[in-house]
Amino acid sequence: MPDTGTITSGGIGDAVQRKEDFRFLTGRGTYTDDINRMGQTYAVFVRSPHAHAKIRSVDTSAASQASGVVSILTGADMVADEVGSLICGWNVVDRHGEGHKAPPHPPLAHDTVKHVGDQVAVVIAETLSEAQAAAELVEVDYEVLAANVDTGSALSGPEIHPEAPSNLCYDWILGEEADVDKALANSAHVTELDIINNRLVPNPMEPRAAIGEYDMATGEYTCFSTSQNPHVLRLILCAFVLGIPETKLKVIAPDVGGGFGSKIFCYAEETTCVWASKKIGRPVKWTSTRSEAFLTDAHGRDHVSHVKLGLDANGKFTALKVETIANMGAYLSTFASSVPTYLYATLLAGQYTTPVIFCNTKAVFTNTVAVDAYRGAGRPEATFVVERIVETAARELGVDPAELRRKNFIQPDQFPYDTPVALTYDTGNYEASLDKAMGMIDYAGFPARRAKSEANGKKRGLGISAYIEACGIAPSAVVGSLGAGVGLWESAQVRFNATGSVSVFTGSHSHGQGHETAFAQLAATKLGIPFENVEVVHGDTSKVPMGMGTYGSRSLAVGGSAIDRACDKIIEKGKKVAAHLLEAAVEDIEFADGNFTVAGTDKSKAMEEIVFAAYVPHDYPEGVEPGMDETAFYDPGNFTYPAGTHIAEVEIDEATGVTEIVDWVAVDDFGNVINPMIVEGQVHGGIAQGVGQALLEGTVYDKDSGQLVTGSYMDYCMPRADDLPSFRVDMTTTACTHNPLGVKGCGEAGAIAAPAALINAITDATGAVTVEMPATPERVWRALQENN
Amino acid sequence: MPSISLTLNGRSVSGEVETKTLLVDYIRENQKLTGTHVGCDTSQCGSCVVHVDGKSVKSCTMLAVQVDGSEVTTIEGLATGEELHPMQEAFRQNHGLQCGFCTPGMVMSAVDLVAGNPDISETEIREGLEGNICRCTGYHNIVKSVQAGAKAMGG
Repeated sequence: MPDTGTITSGGIGDAVQRKEDFRFLTGRGTYTDDINRMGQTYAVFVRSPHAHAKIRSVDTSAASQASGVVSILTGADMVADEVGSLICGWNVVDRHGEGHKAPPHPPLAHDTVKHVGDQVAVVIAETLSEAQAAAELVEVDYEVLAANVDTGSALSGPEIHPEAPSNLCYDWILGEEADVDKALANSAHVTELDIINNRLVPNPMEPRAAIGEYDMATGEYTCFSTSQNPHVLRLILCAFVLGIPETKLKVIAPDVGGGFGSKIFCYAEETTCVWASKKIGRPVKWTSTRSEAFLTDAHGRDHVSHVKLGLDANGKFTALKVETIANMGAYLSTFASSVPTYLYATLLAGQYTTPVIFCNTKAVFTNTVAVDAYRGAGRPEATFVVERIVETAARELGVDPAELRRKNFIQPDQFPYDTPVALTYDTGNYEASLDKAMGMIDYAGFPARRAKSEANGKKRGLGISAYIEACGIAPSAVVGSLGAGVGLWESAQVRFNATGSVSVFTGSHSHGQGHETAFAQLAATKLGIPFENVEVVHGDTSKVPMGMGTYGSRSLAVGGSAIDRACDKIIEKGKKVAAHLLEAAVEDIEFADGNFTVAGTDKSKAMEEIVFAAYVPHDYPEGVEPGMDETAFYDPGNFTYPAGTHIAEVEIDEATGVTEIVDWVAVDDFGNVINPMIVEGQVHGGIAQGVGQALLEGTVYDKDSGQLVTGSYMDYCMPRADDLPSFRVDMTTTACTHNPLGVKGCGEAGAIAAPAALINAITDATGAVTVEMPATPERVWRALQENN
Repeated sequence: MPSISLTLNGRSVSGEVETKTLLVDYIRENQKLTGTHVGCDTSQCGSCVVHVDGKSVKSCTMLAVQVDGSEVTTIEGLATGEELHPMQEAFRQNHGLQCGFCTPGMVMSAVDLVAGNPDISETEIREGLEGNICRCTGYHNIVKSVQAGAKAMGG
């Protein structure tokens, strides 16, 4: 066995090195595109070059004569086979009590195409290059229609779906508008702001890929996929799209190279590969090019909002009103409708005691690729709204923005705290995070630093973002009442082998988060066994009992809690075995540090002895099943509420408008921490994506043609090493009160906090009310010209 | 079809290859070494970096026929058995990787970048890795890893 790291302890709280790293560092990871199946064919999709068009005809005659072509399948073939529509799993009920509009989303389009990159046909050939060459020969006759890509004007643009008049998916509200309007009218001061949350392309470094395979002998399908939640993919493919029993489809998501939300969803391509594998009787493999990823991976964000914040004469917030148009893209993706509603409006209280809040979200269809959850999913948009309007109010009133926040914080003695937007925060200490962050960045010393920068011809700015998020999604009863089509529990199975090693099966898929390490730490600590003895298994629906997947910073809070519960069951069973072997009553058996002991005595048995007895039950209690293998499902009692303060400090070159991040401090409260090294890494990565959104990443669709202008790494500016600083990361801790681990989740915090911190810093430096994201040098330079 | 001969991870290999075959496809498909990854189609991301005659190269920008007679090292050839190269070890010690997809290219670039420069600065590292995109780590721990790796390699 290769050396998998220098393990000193491996318990909860240790920055233990990752079990995953040896294989990744030596090129021995197995990603979907690394897998090749016997007799495999290669799929290339024929995609629409138009944003909106009717398909008059698809002529495959020339292509089907091309070298190596095995089959060419079109939307008509899918219709003939009664392949279902791709679904949205969350039904948002609008302000009139009607469900959202979810027009059909055929995996292969058959009558119209609705965005550039929409799938029209699939060419399957012996080799990839033969499939590519033949795809060029498929002739599609289009009747081009007017494109509608702009979020703000989508409601009045050309209609995209007959099922959705005016392109309106839903018109949804949360809160009492009349109460909020009244409170605003009675406020001493009202701050208003137009806010655009720019559209982003998630861009995990591994492009999506899929292999569909059908075994004629067993009637069983296998789908290898770059999925964040293989069980949910299986559920959707089986129950809604392909009509296969779940016993006949195995989904395997092996090593997955990042996801950030974009690999949650059920896409057309894996659906097509699975379907086509039976039709042609051979495995069908598809690997996305990066260009295809830009055109077909679900994008993120894309909100246009108008926001009003009321304050009384003492600077206390009186009311918040938010009106948002959210772009859904051309079709409703798997989770899309929940993102600008339940994952957004419910977070508009932020860390504050704002007594009344109203949010109206109009979700619109456009001729762009679908928009769905991307790292943070709704919560970055909410934090950006709250932290930009609070900052702007402070500047308008001429008060210290830190002090305005402090004055409005929910106080530690107010928890559990019911917000006016449907959530109950269980715990937190917002002032502690703010104070620590201000200390780290030397807030008091900022004016002197600014003066020094000015002397060097630079503009300096400081921006605070005091964020909150609802993670660990979510209580099934709550999400069910809000329209979710599934429960959001998680499962775990903990299986001891007779000789003491443990397999932990989890439904939480890992695609960079280090579950194989953190979950092993958790189980090792709980069971009192060596870290090295624990193996974590995930990503294969035939091995793991069930799972709801990895998103919404839920793996540890929900998946980890399920492991904890399964370990509890192991310990309970172990006590029965120990009581028998130690000739004591079960109630007298105590378990600690891997030993079962008769209370008040030195009589004890180690976990390994109990496990061995369970598998070799020669002397075993009556009525107790042999074996040591327990499964638990955990459904959380509430969301978790990670929160904290990030502060960015920037220097801007007046001549060029180039922004340099000169300092970044992050103080986060994630509750208890299992592996601080992994947590810090998650914070770093999250901040980088938030900085990317704020400074670099702009997704541009041409308003006339609907073409994606920023369709490659040549045009879409991904954060590079020289775009970013090092970050100073610290923590405060209030343990979550309702899960057994006291954990909250850390994966999205950086992406949620960062954009507001940076734009607050840039507007502070430039004196502009707002600078749109991405704050490119040109935009910053223009802001400087207009405000100085 | 032309025939090529090269030394791949210390092993002599030869055979026919189509002229249009990219080096990365030759490595992944012909030689079945899947540690070298493809993350883009515009030679931007650096997931496919390998060493050709000791220098880091984006293997998507070269044709396989161009390495005829060369020594090529991929990520699979960097460690000695189960003993990691100092740069690989530094990445592990400093949590310089998360999903692992960009990692082979990042490590191969880093090994070449720091050669002869054990005291390489943070700025030099950040500028030197400009051709390798990572979406997970925010580069913070990659920079730490490369600095530690440079020291361990001793230049």
